[in-house]
This record gives sequence, C-alpha cells and structure tokens, in this order.
Amino acid sequence: MKNNYDVVIIGGGPAGLAAAISAYETGASVLVVERDREVGGILNQCIHNGFGLHYFKEELTGPEYAGKFADKLSQTEADVLIDTMVLKIENAGDIKKVHCISTENGYQIIDAKSVVLCMGCRERTRGAIAIPGDRPAGVLTAGTAQRYVNIEGWMPGKRIVILGSGDIGLIMARRMTLEGAKVLACIELCPYSNGLTRNIVQCLDDFDIPLYLSHTITDIVGRQRVEKVVVSKVDENRMPIPGSEFEIECDTLLLSVGLIPENELTKGAGIELDRRTNGAFVYENMQTSVDGIFASGNVVHVHDLVDFVTAESTKAGKAAAEYALGKRVDSNDCITVNNGPGVNYTVPQRIRTSNLDKVVEVFFRTNAVRGASVIKVLSGDTVVGEYKRERMAPGEMEKIVLPAAKLKALSADITVSVESL
Amino acid sequence: MINLVCIICPRGCRLTVDEKHGNAVSGNLCPRGAAYALSEVTDSRRTITSTIKIEGSYCQRCPVKSERPIPKGLMFEAMKELNAASIKAPVKVGDVVLENVCGTGINFISTKTM
Repeated sequence: MKNNYDVVIIGGGPAGLAAAISAYETGASVLVVERDREVGGILNQCIHNGFGLHYFKEELTGPEYAGKFADKLSQTEADVLIDTMVLKIENAGDIKKVHCISTENGYQIIDAKSVVLCMGCRERTRGAIAIPGDRPAGVLTAGTAQRYVNIEGWMPGKRIVILGSGDIGLIMARRMTLEGAKVLACIELCPYSNGLTRNIVQCLDDFDIPLYLSHTITDIVGRQRVEKVVVSKVDENRMPIPGSEFEIECDTLLLSVGLIPENELTKGAGIELDRRTNGAFVYENMQTSVDGIFASGNVVHVHDLVDFVTAESTKAGKAAAEYALGKRVDSNDCITVNNGPGVNYTVPQRIRTSNLDKVVEVFFRTNAVRGASVIKVLSGDTVVGEYKRERMAPGEMEKIVLPAAKLKALSADITVSVESL
Repeated sequence: MINLVCIICPRGCRLTVDEKHGNAVSGNLCPRGAAYALSEVTDSRRTITSTIKIEGSYCQRCPVKSERPIPKGLMFEAMKELNAASIKAPVKVGDVVLENVCGTGINFISTKTM
C-alpha cells in the first residue's frame, strides 16, 4: 500500500468507480477510499432494475450495474481501501493530504496530486422536515428500510405508510408489498409526484396503493411503536388545511423526502458551495473552486439516473488525472452560467472557454411541471441557443449542449431560462 | 382505446392501444414500447427483483431477478417460492438460484457475485 497517488477518489459508489476507471485510463495512479465493506455504494441495496439503459443499452439491477464497474476496476492497478473513512482533506498547495481512518490501518495521511469528491448524498430525515408528534420506533427513511430488507434481511414493519413519492419511496412501496407488508398509502406534499411515471405504474398502480397528492403528515401517534399517522390536505402554499385531517393506523412510517449532497469534507477543504444545489460550484470539467479538487455525482447535484452520474464522473476522473499529470487550465476566460426564470440551478455553474473542445453539456432542473416549453440561452441580447421540449418537470433533469465556438465569441455571462409555450 | 404508461425505460411514454383496430399502438417513441403495450393488454408480465437467503457470505441476502418477466398474477406465488429457498456462497452474477418458478419455465438468477 502506497501513501501517495496521482488521484485519490473519495467514495466507491457509482461516481467513484467511474471516476477511478477514467483517471486510471488517462494514465494516473489511483486510490479509491470507501467507508463501507464493499464498493458499489447505494447501488448494492437498489436491487430493482432500470439501471444502465443509457450507458449499457440494457436494463440492469443496481448490483449488476455496480458489479460491472467493480469488475472493471479490479482489472486495473488502481488500489481500493474499504472500511475506511476520510476525515478531512487538507489543501497543501500542489499536494492534497487525505486524512483517513480504518480498523485495519489506523490513522493514515495519504498524499494526492488531485482529489475527486464522490461522497454522494444522504436522505433527509424526520428532523429535517420537522414532522410533529410522538417519537416512537417505526419512523425511518426509505433508504434505511431498503438496506434492512435487501441486504440485512430484516422487515421493518407490517402496515406501512410512505411519505414522499420520489422514486425511492415508490420503489419501497412495491418492495414492502412483495415481501408481505401492507402499504396503506403514499402521501405527497406536491400536487404531482417527483418520481418517474413508470414507477407510479409498476410500484403503486400494480398493487392498488393509493397516492394522495397535495397531502402531508401532520402528526405521528404512538407510545413505543408507531400506532397511527394523521394526514392533512395542503393548500397551494403547501400549508395543512385545518379540518381536512384523517388518520391511518399503521406501525411504520417510511420517509422519502429528498436527498442532500454530503458535503462535510467539501466544506472542510474550503471549497465554495452553491446554495441552489447544496453541492460545490463546478467548472466545465467538474473542478471545484479549489485547484486540483474535483467533484462528481450526487455530491454535486442529485441525479435522476445513475447513467448520468457515470458520464459526469468519467469526465471528472479524466480531468483529475490530467491535472495530476501537469495540465493547468487558464481561469481568466470564465463565463458564469446564471439561472433565468424557470430554472432552479445549472451544473456546471462556470465555464472556462479556453478549456472547451467542441461542446459543453449543461444540466439543469426547471422549477415547475410544464407542457411544451422552450429553453433559451442568452448572453445579453445574443442568442446562444434555443431548445424545444414537449414537456418538462422538476423531477427530470434537463441537458442542453452548447457549442464551444459560440461561447468563445461571447464577452458576457450567459443565462439559461425556460418559457412555457 | 386503452391508455398506458410505458414502463420499459425511464422516459415513460404515454401509449394508446386501439383494441378495435387490431391493437394498434401509438405514442411510443421506440419499438420496445409497442411490444410492451401489446403484451400489457394481452398477457401482462413483470420482472421480479428480490433477494434469496444466502449462507456463507458476509451478507444474509443475495439479490436476484427473474431472467424474464413472469405473469403479473404469479408475482406473490413467485415471492413465496423464493422466500422458502436458500443458497450457499459462492455465487456468481447470472447463476441460476431457483429454477422454473411457479412452473413458468423461468428461472431466478443472481444479480451479484458474493
């Protein structure tokens, strides 16, 4: 085991695995540091299928998708440290010092010429959304329940209510039903589901599980264990409507109420964070505001599909390897990508035009469910690009491809906006 | 007219099947959507993903899937058969872990090497 590498990758989930393979193929020496007992990250517990349709052109389960990358990585000379937690990243100029700890090796400091942050995200909890009521056993996040059922083999309850209709909540509704639990309801605050329509069909409709849109949970009742939850309708400002309450008797409440990029290490390294994404500001090649520290995957912004995480991380891994091998990018010709009306955030937020080849991909989310729409990219009065869409939704990440030649000719920042037609 | 949402890929095309005109499918952006719509109105099937008990590994459960979609009506029967079975490590991704589920001729296969 060495203690210095060209590229150290923090996290061995789908982002870390893709970044590691890409950095290795670019010619760097690579170390992946993973805190769990195996690589693969959350894919190991996502045993359902639907992964890989873009990247592999076939439908895979989570473990199969992770397995393909883990196999590929094991055929390289990249090193992997499992059961190892990174505590901090110290930015000592050209060298980044990665402090980590494990039962096997104790406290270690590993030197890296560049680092890729691939820590992913974690679930919002009951505390994060402040549901009032008792504090009995039986309230857990959907992802925790997923790990219990799919990896440990424990059933967390028999009569289940799910708050939140994102994909994790929907997938768990089906999973718990197949394993013999009764899923009584899926409750969604928004007037629409944030999950993929196909998951509504195959996870709720297939099993006649009711979906309550524009509803939330306003009370949890139970002494030792959850006994019931109180559900209320909400108004257009998402405030509970008094008098609309009804009760559901249940023993378990699963929360699927959003994901937060896990950026404690990022903050500790003095990297600038974007309040819109809760992730780092990134340039066109996924470098953060600190030279030599890159980031990709759900730690930057929460993706809909792992295929997109793979693509983004491949880019980050390559750029990190190039940096470690001596490439430097001139930051003077830097364009900021601003949010116009209808746009919640963009990634990247900054584009250094000197580092562009032919095109740059910009990812973003719109702020509302829309029918036919047009995406406009403007720089002052100059139209950089216009892109039509049949329909748009906050739950579906959008991608536009900007030609480098047009960006290089600009003298001002660009703004991305969405207008309904 | 039967309205469906395609579940083949995350795009989720809104499909229409015209049963009065020979089950003509519209709304699909790819041929897989048409095939799904036809199968959904004549012989609805689902791929099952679940786990099977595994002994001799660092985990209690090995993830599995049905190698092809099975009739929708047999989903719970298939789960019963799966939960009554167990396997021993080592197992490779793609190995058959339970044969001929519910007499369909379709096998459950492992989705992980463990």
